[in-house]
Amino acid sequence: MRIDASKVDRIVDAYGCHRDSLISILQDVQAECSYLPEDALKRVAKRLKLPLIQVYGVATFFKAFSLQPRGEHMVRVCLGTACHVRGAPAVLDEVRRQLDVEPGETTEDSRFTLETVNCLGACALGPLVVVDSEYQGQITPGKVKRVLKQYMNDGRGK
Amino acid sequence: MIELTIDGTKVRAAPGTTVLEAAREMGIVIPTLCYYPGLSSYGECRVCLVEMVKGRGRSSLEASCALPVEQGQVILTSSAKVKKARRVVVELLLASCPSSKTLQCMASNMGINQVRFKIKPRECILCGRCVRYCKEQMRSGGIGFTGRGTARRVTTAFGHTPEECRNCGGCQWICPVCERACTADSLVNGLCGGCQNLAHVETCEICTGCSESVGAHGHTVY
Repeated sequence: MRIDASKVDRIVDAYGCHRDSLISILQDVQAECSYLPEDALKRVAKRLKLPLIQVYGVATFFKAFSLQPRGEHMVRVCLGTACHVRGAPAVLDEVRRQLDVEPGETTEDSRFTLETVNCLGACALGPLVVVDSEYQGQITPGKVKRVLKQYMNDGRGK
Repeated sequence: MIELTIDGTKVRAAPGTTVLEAAREMGIVIPTLCYYPGLSSYGECRVCLVEMVKGRGRSSLEASCALPVEQGQVILTSSAKVKKARRVVVELLLASCPSSKTLQCMASNMGINQVRFKIKPRECILCGRCVRYCKEQMRSGGIGFTGRGTARRVTTAFGHTPEECRNCGGCQWICPVCERACTADSLVNGLCGGCQNLAHVETCEICTGCSESVGAHGHTVY
């Protein structure tokens, strides 16, 4: 996906073209095109009069930012302690098998990106899988297919 | 002026100076790695650790290059605690970068005879000298830190030569690893030992007659 400079400019201007807002700007750019394209980072650096490496450094520091194109849906499998003891590894294996990707990768049809997280703060719901921003609690390997199917069939977004 | 005590001697230092600068003014040798005159203090390598006595038998280890002088401070620069901590720090740095002559010399001066950590060479100790040099002296900012934790590296953005780079070569010149490679053929326990074994031990010129072995390189004169 390409992002044109005017879109980036609009986001930068919304924050008053201020360096302190770098993280917020990057978040908005990522919301716009699901990841941080090289061109967009260069544009942000130019507009904020920052060296590109500084913008790049921030973008690589935070796990929330991705420099690789991501799928339409984010699938986050929690592997925190509570989820782990309730069988999260088996759930992860099933998700991996269903989507045919490893954690951190995107499916070939760019519908799903699989990620593992270490805790989502909803341990009572564990084992937990979060698709986009919907929490799917008490997941078992058997339920994985049904959950993912909702997102496979609905065309674009939810 | 601020009055403090370094190794039992009363010192007066201007406000805003660091303990390291005050100590060097007195001729006290504190080894440093990430510190470089003219660059901002970064306090990353922890080689310049000193002991700050807090009274009632308590003390803390502080990086002297980033520790501002304070009224009444009591600093020890070569206590047993400091020496032990520095040795561990250098051992850790050596484990990630055994090919650096600067580090090997430092280890030989400190009397380190083995590296107890698993050696994983990655040719960078993340001291940030090159990054600060590029940013502060060259006013450029072509290189910087990326990633975090074990993935932290010094690189250029997207792996391309940045527009800001003027090919000054300063980043290589100032790097304690690139600057001089250790030419020892083989490492024993992560140490070259080459210079240490060949050169005879002598007392240094600064403190004639202290009769203490100071390793192959003597005290470094700053």
